[in-house]
Amino acid sequence: MPILRILLLRLLTTVVTLAGVAVIVFFVIRVVPGNPIAMMLPPGATEADIARLSALYGLDKPLVTQFWIWVSGVLQGDFGTSISTRQPVLGLVLGRLPATLELSVMALVMAVVLGGAAALTGTRYRGGRTEGAIDVANGMALSVPDFLWGLILILLFGVLMPVFHISGRVTPSLDLPFSTNFYLFESLIRLRFDLWADIVAHMFMPALALAIPLAAIIGQLLKQSLKETMNLDYVTLARTKGYGETRVILREALRNAALPTLTLVGVQFTFLIGGTVIIERLFSYEGLGNMAIDAVINRDLPLIQGIVLLFAVIFTAVNLIVDLLYAVLNPRLRHA
Amino acid sequence: MLDGRTLVRRRAGLRLWLSAGWLTLLCLAALLAPWVAPKDPLAQDLFLGRMPPFWMTGAEPGYWLGTDSLGRDVLSRLIHGARVALTVALVAGTITCIVGATLGLLAGFLRGWVDMVISRLIDIWMAFPPVLFSILLIAVLGPGLMSIIIAIVVIDWTRFARVVRAEAMAQGAMDYVASARVAGRGRISTLIREILPNVLPTIVVLLTLEMGIAVIVEAILSFVNLSISTDDPTWGGMISEGRASIHQAWWVLVAPLVTLFLTVLSFSQLGEGLKDRFDPVLR
Amino acid sequence: MTALVIRNLSVRLRKGPPLLRRVSLDLAPGEVRGLVGESGAGKSMIGKAVLGILPPSVEITGGEILLEGTDLLRLPPADRRRRIGASCALIPQDPLTALNPSHRIGPQITDRLVDILGWTRRNADARARELLAEVQIPDPDRVMRSYPHELSGGMRQRILIASAFAAEPRLIVADEPTTALDVTVQKQILKLIAGMQARHGTAILFVTHDLGVVSKVCQRLSVLYSGMVVEDARVADFFRAPRHPYSAALLAATPKYTDPTAGLNPVPDAVIEAVRAEVAAFDREVAHG
Ligand SMILES: Nc1ncnc2c1ncn2[C@@H]1O[C@H](COP(=O)(O)OP(=O)(O)O)[C@@H](O)[C@H]1O
Ligand SMILES: [Mg+2]
Repeated sequence: MPILRILLLRLLTTVVTLAGVAVIVFFVIRVVPGNPIAMMLPPGATEADIARLSALYGLDKPLVTQFWIWVSGVLQGDFGTSISTRQPVLGLVLGRLPATLELSVMALVMAVVLGGAAALTGTRYRGGRTEGAIDVANGMALSVPDFLWGLILILLFGVLMPVFHISGRVTPSLDLPFSTNFYLFESLIRLRFDLWADIVAHMFMPALALAIPLAAIIGQLLKQSLKETMNLDYVTLARTKGYGETRVILREALRNAALPTLTLVGVQFTFLIGGTVIIERLFSYEGLGNMAIDAVINRDLPLIQGIVLLFAVIFTAVNLIVDLLYAVLNPRLRHA
Repeated sequence: MLDGRTLVRRRAGLRLWLSAGWLTLLCLAALLAPWVAPKDPLAQDLFLGRMPPFWMTGAEPGYWLGTDSLGRDVLSRLIHGARVALTVALVAGTITCIVGATLGLLAGFLRGWVDMVISRLIDIWMAFPPVLFSILLIAVLGPGLMSIIIAIVVIDWTRFARVVRAEAMAQGAMDYVASARVAGRGRISTLIREILPNVLPTIVVLLTLEMGIAVIVEAILSFVNLSISTDDPTWGGMISEGRASIHQAWWVLVAPLVTLFLTVLSFSQLGEGLKDRFDPVLR
Repeated sequence: MTALVIRNLSVRLRKGPPLLRRVSLDLAPGEVRGLVGESGAGKSMIGKAVLGILPPSVEITGGEILLEGTDLLRLPPADRRRRIGASCALIPQDPLTALNPSHRIGPQITDRLVDILGWTRRNADARARELLAEVQIPDPDRVMRSYPHELSGGMRQRILIASAFAAEPRLIVADEPTTALDVTVQKQILKLIAGMQARHGTAILFVTHDLGVVSKVCQRLSVLYSGMVVEDARVADFFRAPRHPYSAALLAATPKYTDPTAGLNPVPDAVIEAVRAEVAAFDREVAHG
């Protein structure tokens, strides 16, 4: 049963990775100078107050004991209590997760659409000026990171030609009838297109900023692999059947060319999700990343731990999903 | 024969020179900042707040790119900001490169348990969101130039290690390495004399990219107010101020943004250009 | 009407040396013409020119390709493509690379019928099943649902043959259809093509470097050297008395399949020099108008 063994091995390395992340984040943030408890009390607080509160958060015990308490809590679904808000970490983090997921998925969709269009157009008109222009645009989009694209978009479409919102997730004065935090998704389901439009207008620029570098990578890789595929025998054979260039690209080449791109897009998607941290900050978007930065600034140790761990879980999950998707889409593996 | 490929190569050559030119200009600006900056970058003048750049009406003579909300000269701050940016780029880039490439070479060439450990570490590092990780590290280390450099090295070594490991592995499987070993060369000697020269082009390309990334990381950290002390002008700090006063004085954001954009682009174009030079197939 | 007439077809590398030098040949309906010559002589190039799949690095500089009287080179590209799709087909050289790995076999046989010729799915599927049975593939239904990687090379070549005959084309270009196969499979495939050709009455331009194959399946043949037709003859006449010294040498160099121990006699240098001089003289003549 080789497939089962590979799967087990993958799961095992995933567990090792997550454990490693947990250890590192736990011990790194405890090197932070300054007592987080002292920071949250009013200036006149006594030593005794600090000690009492420290005991309440378990911060008076030895590090290894603290780690053990935290890990056993996490395994039971208890991520501790946020120091700055005094609410359970799990609830806070899960409350923000939908915003970040929606942003990431929207960015991914944009990247696939933009990058796919660039690759297809470049392949269709390969060897000409159009392909040259696409290459130059790709190169630029690739070298400049999401942070700068975000700023450029803010400047262009937020200030000089204000068409989109540059901060927040939704206009604050709106009444939200939602029962989950998946605003984008729920507004669609409830057929509240007015709300949906408002949410999209808020998400559009941060998502685009995240999408541009990934779109360039998809565009480049896919175009290269499409062009290679276009020289293969089965594509030539399809041409003799009477198919035009565009249909040959879409029917014969695209699927086979997309497979190698897919594996790379998996890793790149985790980079994109990592990018939400600063992009959410830039656009004051109320997601996980924005909360994470606040948590660092507030020295909210339990919250930081929870968020980093959640990110790590998301990253490893994405990689796992991509591997599975690859196996499903590749007929050679599917039947192996 | 002047075909498409020649043209492409010429244009690539042009890009290489433009990038090198811009980076040289930046280096000069950084080195000569006290002499070439028209004003004191820290001098505030509340009567001269938010003056527009020279081509707009209402511009104040001598303040070429305008002033920020505290009346500080934007151009002078840009020039002084180049010092932090380039220091971070060169120092952090180089150290990251050395650490990452060494670990990658060791993992890819020695294989076995060394590879096991380093690969697991890379896996763990890849599961961290890098920006959050760097913010966390700065919070731990405290703000300052040294902390930024350490944070970049700690976070970005995997960029080198991953690629170099794969390349070293590929090179290690080739015949010439086997023959060198047969000829009685030691492992470390083979690594340095046979593998390293072949992986070097890749390393150099990654290094230029890393320098661009380091500049961005510094800007991001200043943006969240975690960079070096808030007085010294940094591009990221200027961006942060520009973002805050974007509706009143957009030029405060545009100036550092354009500078950062060109710098990052130049570093990566330099890398691309060098890659083409090194690549015998393309040459 | 003749199935295919090629007149003075010239092809060259873009702004480079000629690859085909005023090639002329014709095929009667239902005829099989062999196209022989050493590797690099331009045999495949002729087939590609007919099917409109020349690589972008080459260009046609003159001549005409008449498919049942219509000059393909004068048709607008879209019309030409449809025309070729409707009445021509290709049996490729390498069955391992000529099927799309991510499509099932069924659609790869029926795609032309449905997408280009407007058949219904059901009719096209029935036709595919019929053809697969004709090329002696057991359990056509299962095969149609398979992916290429699940089938052997011989099976795949049978499928490609079935697919080529699917739309009852007037002309098939078979580009070394047995070269990539095992020797044992080669004979079966050859027999299969000959049988299909006889039943369907399709004209075939049969590209091969093996004169033994020509003697078995072709009525006429063209011998090509460096993009130039040096001999155009009936097969029976050719094997009795080749007219051109180069083709005579080629025939002499072919091991008799009756006597595999006979070995190869290389084409003598003097013959090569003579035919090269002929090509050079041709190029001079072209250059001087
Ligand atoms: N894609 C191509 N681009 C440029 N030249 C080609 C290409 N394909 C073939 N040629 C050249 O055209 C000539 C004829 O090739 P081909 O028709 O494939 O020969 P063969 O007779 O072996 O089938 C050869 O000299 C070959 O080098
Ligand atoms: Mg050929």
